[in-house]
Amino acid sequence: MAVSEADFRARARKALDDDNLQAALAQAKGGFVDKRADAILDLPAFEQLRERGRQIKDHTLEYLDTYLDEFEQNLNSAGGQLHYAADAESAREAVLRICREAHARQIIKAKTMAGEEVGLNEALEAEFETVESDLGEYIIQLAKEPPSHIIAPAVHKTRGEITELFDTHHHGRSGGPLRETPDLVNEARGVLREKFLGADIGISGANFLVADTGTITLVTNEGNADLSTSLPRVHIAIAGVEKLVPSMQEASSMLRLLARSATGQQITAYTTFITGARREDELDGPEELHVVLIDNGRSRMLGNDYREMLRCIRCGACMNHCPVYSAIGGHAYGWVYPGPMGAVLTPMFRGLDKSSDLPQACTLNGRCQTVCPVKIRLPHLIRQLRDDAFEQQITPATTRWGIRGWAWLARRPRLYTAVTGLAQRLMSRLGRGSVRRAPLAGAWTAGRDLPLPGRGGTFQQQWQARQRSGQDG
Amino acid sequence: MTDAASPTPRVGLFVTCLVDFFRPRVGFASVRLLESAGCDVEVPAGQTCCGQPAYNTGDLSDTRDIARRVIEAFAGYDYLVAPSGSCVGQIRQYPTLFDEGSEWRRRADELAGRSYEIMAFINDVLGITPPEQGFTGRVTYHDSCSGLRQLGIREQPRRLLGGNAGLEMVEMDERDTCCGFGGTFCVKYPDISTRMVDQKAESIERTGAETLLGGDLGCLMNIAGRMHRRGQPVKVRHAVEVLAGMADEPAIGEEEQ
Ligand code: SF4
Repeated sequence: MAVSEADFRARARKALDDDNLQAALAQAKGGFVDKRADAILDLPAFEQLRERGRQIKDHTLEYLDTYLDEFEQNLNSAGGQLHYAADAESAREAVLRICREAHARQIIKAKTMAGEEVGLNEALEAEFETVESDLGEYIIQLAKEPPSHIIAPAVHKTRGEITELFDTHHHGRSGGPLRETPDLVNEARGVLREKFLGADIGISGANFLVADTGTITLVTNEGNADLSTSLPRVHIAIAGVEKLVPSMQEASSMLRLLARSATGQQITAYTTFITGARREDELDGPEELHVVLIDNGRSRMLGNDYREMLRCIRCGACMNHCPVYSAIGGHAYGWVYPGPMGAVLTPMFRGLDKSSDLPQACTLNGRCQTVCPVKIRLPHLIRQLRDDAFEQQITPATTRWGIRGWAWLARRPRLYTAVTGLAQRLMSRLGRGSVRRAPLAGAWTAGRDLPLPGRGGTFQQQWQARQRSGQDG
Repeated sequence: MTDAASPTPRVGLFVTCLVDFFRPRVGFASVRLLESAGCDVEVPAGQTCCGQPAYNTGDLSDTRDIARRVIEAFAGYDYLVAPSGSCVGQIRQYPTLFDEGSEWRRRADELAGRSYEIMAFINDVLGITPPEQGFTGRVTYHDSCSGLRQLGIREQPRRLLGGNAGLEMVEMDERDTCCGFGGTFCVKYPDISTRMVDQKAESIERTGAETLLGGDLGCLMNIAGRMHRRGQPVKVRHAVEVLAGMADEPAIGEEEQ
C-alpha cells in the first residue's frame, strides 16, 4: 500500500471538500470519544492503569533483546518459527517465501497494520488470491483504497458507498438494493465464509507477543482473526518488535487499556491467545505457525529521542481525539499511520524530508496526550520533529528566515517597540473594527475577518506615555 | 501574602505580544485587576514576546536567546503574571532549553516556578474573588488548550466570573476541543484551521450566548474573526476585561467608539 507523501495540503483540501467523507467523519468522531469516556468512568483506576501501561512498555523496551530471545525459544518449543525482518522488503520476502513453500493458492488475511506498513498486500495480491477478512479491510480492499484509520480502516466510507461497492463486487448476491447495516454484514459474512474454508494460508497481525510463553495475542470484534488463524494449514503472524510483553500478566493489563482506549469496550468481543502450531493430540489449528518480526526502523528509534513512540499499542485514541484528523480524515496523512501517532511514525519510518508537513500540521493542543493509554508525549515528539526539520533545513527557507528575522527583532526591545508601534499604527488605519482583507494577511483572511487594533498605540507605547505623565495605570 | 519581606506581592506583568499589539486594554485591565487584588504591578522593560513562534517552529537557538531576556527582565519580581495561558505555558518550558546543572537552567526553573496565568494567579495564589462588576448577560467560555492542559486552568476563570450575579454561564459542547488557532498553524494551514474554528463557532452558536470569553487573545481573535465572517453577532472579550469592569468598551473586532 503506497500513498504519495507529497502534497499533504492538496489532499487535505480535497478531504475538506469531500461531503461523503465529512459526513462519515462527523458520525465517527463523537462515537469514539463518548464510548471511551464512558468506559473510563467505569474504571476509576484507569489513570493508574495508564501509568502501569507506560511502565510495562518502557521496561520491555529496555530489555527488548532479552525478551526477544525468550519469545523465540518459547515459540520454537511450541512448534512455531520466528523470522526476523530488518526492513519492509525482507518482511515481504519472508512472508512470500513461506507462502510459496507451502504451495499456497488462496490467502485469507486478518487486519495487520504491520502488514500495511511493509506493503504486504500488493506483494501478496500479485501472486496469490488474497482476501481481507476484517469487514472494514474487506470494504477498502474492494474499493482499492488504503485504510484511513488504524482500528476502523473504512471509517471514511458511508453506508451508501458500501452498498454500491457490494452491489458491484458481489454481483447482486443478495438481490435488490441493500441499505441496512445488518444486511451488509450478513452478505459479507456469506462471501467470506467460503474464503475462510478455501484458504491455505492465514495471515494476521499481533497485538501482543508474550515472551515467557511464546504466545501471540490477537483482538477483534468480528472473530475473523480466529477463523483466519485456525482454519488454514499455515498461519503467519506479522508484527513489529515492540509488540513484546514479558508475561501474560502484563498482556492482560495491556488488553484492558487497549479495548477501553480503542473502542470503549471493557474487552474486545474476541481475544485470542495462540501458543504454537497444532499439536499431535489436537483436532484443529494450523500445521505451521510463523511469526515475522519486523524492525523497519524500530531499533534506530530505540536509540534516539523518539523511543517512547515505541510504546504505542495502535489503539487509535489519539486520532479519535485529534481535531485535525477529524477535519481531514486519515488519507490526507499520506501513509498507513494517520493522526498524531502517524505524524511521528511516518517521519520515523519514511523520512522526515518525505513527510515534512505532518509534524507541522498540528496545533499542539495536547488532547492526544491526555488520552494515550501509554502516555506518549505526542505533542512533545511532534514539536521535537520541528526542531529536527529546522536544524536539517527541511523547514522551508522562507519560514526559517521569517522566524529568524522576527526573533532578531524580538531580542531588541526598543527597536521592537518602535517597529510594532509603526506597524500597529498602519494597521489600525486599514479600517474600523475588522476587515475582510489586509496586506500580508491573506492566509488569515482566507477564512476569517481580521480584528484590527485600536488607534491608541501599542500597550508599551501607552504604558510608557502614562508613566512619563506620572499617571497611574 | 505571608512573605514577611514583601507583604504586598510585587508582580511583573508579562503583557504578551498579541495584547501589546492588538488589544492593549487587556493589559490595562490586567493591571487594574491585579492592583485591586492588592498587588504592586510593574511592566518590566525589555519584554517583547515569550518566544513561542520560534519554539514551535523548531528554532531553538533563538528561543533560548529570547528566554534569557525574559528571565533577565523578570528577575527580582515575586511573580510573573500574564493574561495568557499559552505564554505562561511557554515560560514554564524554558528550563528544557538549558542544560541541566547550568546557571541558566537554575534561573529558568526559578522563573517557571513563579510564573502564572492571571486568573489562576488570582484564584489559586491570592485566593481572591474580584468584586461584583455588574456584568450581565449570557456568556460562554472558551478553554484555550495550553491553559487547560499544560496549566490545568478550567474552573478558575469560571469561579472568578461567578462573582457577577447577572452573568449566566452556558457551557458549549466539545468545550475541550481546539479552536484551530495553534499559533502559526492558522496561517500555515488556513483551510484546516478554518474548518476547526467553524466547528467552534457552531458550538458557540448552539449555546445562545451573547458573549464569548476566554483567556488567550490568539484563540479569541481566531474565533472572533471567524464569527465575524459568518455574520454571527457574538461579542468576544478577554475575561479580564469583565473582571476588571472594562467590558463596556468595544469587543474584539468591533468598531471603536
Ligand atoms: S500513540 Fe497512544 S493513543 Fe495513539 S495509537 Fe498509539 S497508543 Fe494509541
